[in-house]
Amino acid sequence: MSTETIDLKTRLITDFHAREAVLNGEASSEFHQKKRAGLARFEQLGFPSIKHEEWKYSNVRDLISVSYDFNAESSIGLAELEDLKVPAQEANILYFVNGRYNAGLSTIISPVEKITISSLAEAYKNDPSKVASFFNELTKDADDAFTALNTAFTQDGVFIHIPDNQSVEHPIILRFVSDAREQNVGSQPRNIISVGKNAHVKLAEAFRTLGDQRSFTNAVTEIHVAEEANVQYYKVQNESENAYHIGTTQVRMLDRSHFYAGTVTLNGKFTRNNLNIVLDGEHCDAHMYGLYFPDGSQHVDNHTVADHQKPNSESNELYKGILRDKSKGVFNGKIFVRPDAQKTNAFQSCKNIVLSPDATMNTKPQLEIFADDVKCSHGTTTGQIDEEALFYMRSRGISRPEAMSLLMFAFCADVVSQIKIDSVREYLENVITRKLASK
Amino acid sequence: MLSINDLRASIEGKEILKGINLEVKPGEVHAIMGPNGSGKSTLASVLAGREEYEVTGGNVVFEGKDLLELAPEERAAEGIFLAFQYPVEIPGVTTINFLKTAVNEIRKYKGEAPLDAAQFLKMVREKAKLVSMNDSLLKRALNEGFSGGEKKRNEVFQMAVLEPRLAILDETDSGLDIDALRIVAEGVNTLRSPERATIVVTHYQRLLDYIVPDYVHVLYKGRIVKSGPKELALELEEKGYDWIKAEVEAVG
Repeated sequence: MSTETIDLKTRLITDFHAREAVLNGEASSEFHQKKRAGLARFEQLGFPSIKHEEWKYSNVRDLISVSYDFNAESSIGLAELEDLKVPAQEANILYFVNGRYNAGLSTIISPVEKITISSLAEAYKNDPSKVASFFNELTKDADDAFTALNTAFTQDGVFIHIPDNQSVEHPIILRFVSDAREQNVGSQPRNIISVGKNAHVKLAEAFRTLGDQRSFTNAVTEIHVAEEANVQYYKVQNESENAYHIGTTQVRMLDRSHFYAGTVTLNGKFTRNNLNIVLDGEHCDAHMYGLYFPDGSQHVDNHTVADHQKPNSESNELYKGILRDKSKGVFNGKIFVRPDAQKTNAFQSCKNIVLSPDATMNTKPQLEIFADDVKCSHGTTTGQIDEEALFYMRSRGISRPEAMSLLMFAFCADVVSQIKIDSVREYLENVITRKLASK
Repeated sequence: MLSINDLRASIEGKEILKGINLEVKPGEVHAIMGPNGSGKSTLASVLAGREEYEVTGGNVVFEGKDLLELAPEERAAEGIFLAFQYPVEIPGVTTINFLKTAVNEIRKYKGEAPLDAAQFLKMVREKAKLVSMNDSLLKRALNEGFSGGEKKRNEVFQMAVLEPRLAILDETDSGLDIDALRIVAEGVNTLRSPERATIVVTHYQRLLDYIVPDYVHVLYKGRIVKSGPKELALELEEKGYDWIKAEVEAVG
């Protein structure tokens, strides 16, 4: 470990204690105690090196070699956000700039008397014990330094609570903007989403960057999915060439619930997504779709976990990537089938097209099965574009670049078509079309 | 229209075509027959521009242009169409979207404005009717899950839409039952015109009952060893290829 890395760790720890000293009575609150435990965990784990099994192909040395302002002010207004917009239909749109909620930019249209959609800071002000009880509940056993760091340092995020039997008619779009025009900025949003029994919701997290300085986003989202609930959750990353993103989404599902995740990484210097789903109920189904397009020297790492703890549930996973230039991709998909989880069905597939000899893709399926009556399958493919299909299209007059675009768009289509928020899907189709045509 | 002169081609260092000569004029239908491995499909592939084949000698002039200098998409835009022996399945791309891209790429090559959606749809519907192509197949992913007959019919439909000057049918009869064969052949016949030439590559005579050729050429060991009128195909059907082989060996 270099002296630089010790520096960022030490700096963060010092910063924590300095802030704690001015908290007065709040320091003894349950919320703060959880944060303090997070710090202790981070202190113990430290930033991972590539010797750590989970970080073997993803080196954070570059990420932690500089410092970031985690409290950067931003004067950002709607005009500056115009280019960064993910267009939305009628939707609840919440803006977080440098990790903090911006009420002036946000629009909440769902009836607040029925469902809670607010910033984490405001929710905590209104009901400290409720928020504290949810906070870090799903991630408390996480063996991950970045999650612990987020627990210690988060200042804001979203808090969504949907009571039993409520359907949220309008999607919820969370827009995280890093304003890196002036300096290196860091943000550590924590999102807590609790979906009641038989409640329905569609939500998306969209990450964008403004400016050319470095941004470091360390995001954690906890999603509680109660019995019979139906949750569609999408994460869209379209950040800058200097954006570093580490994110963990931790999900717990109860009986007969349905959870759909779509993770699309369009752009960003270094991206690590952890999607961990615990199927802690019977007859539930979890669906994970992912898509990534690194080019240049970009790095995209997706780690997923489907943890089957109870019988009769199903998980289904499809990740796809197109890698260009000198980019690197990593996919690690874990499936756990616990001893009680008989009659589990678990499927996993990761397919990649590597367009350049300098691009690399590391895939690792990891199945740990402790029950005997289960159906599990996994498969990964990494290859080039289908030359026979290319020739077929060219023989009909379609130029090579146009044929490549069509084939790659088609390759992406079975992931993109799974995005059930129309405006988000259309946005993705547009960005992907542009991206495919640009090379 | 098409003039093939002493064409030689090899794949992975192995010479397959050993000096092909062939003249095709507008409106003519030429059948290329021959035993397995004689180089029939290689000839079709080389004309369409398949890159695995290396042309080692000779030349091909199409409408006054050096065909071998053109990329496959340029050959298509100039009016060459290859109906594949094994049409490729392309998941995620609908037949209609595929053809719209093809039509507009060819129009772009010719310096013409693209067809708008309404014009294109109208044209496509007319062509589908012309070759008895079921509309419902157009919205499905290209050839994905199509039966053998549907795939071949889709080839003929694409040919109807693209209106080539020279159509090359590569073993279009393979894998078809007699009914499917008849429907596909009817489609091809509908598209015959005094301006359009057709090269039918086939092993069996039965396709030629429906698509009647003006000339029949027998390809053997990479050369055209015999040419004649349509009756030559019947003779081959009756006697097989052995007498041709014997003739060639006797001369050689």
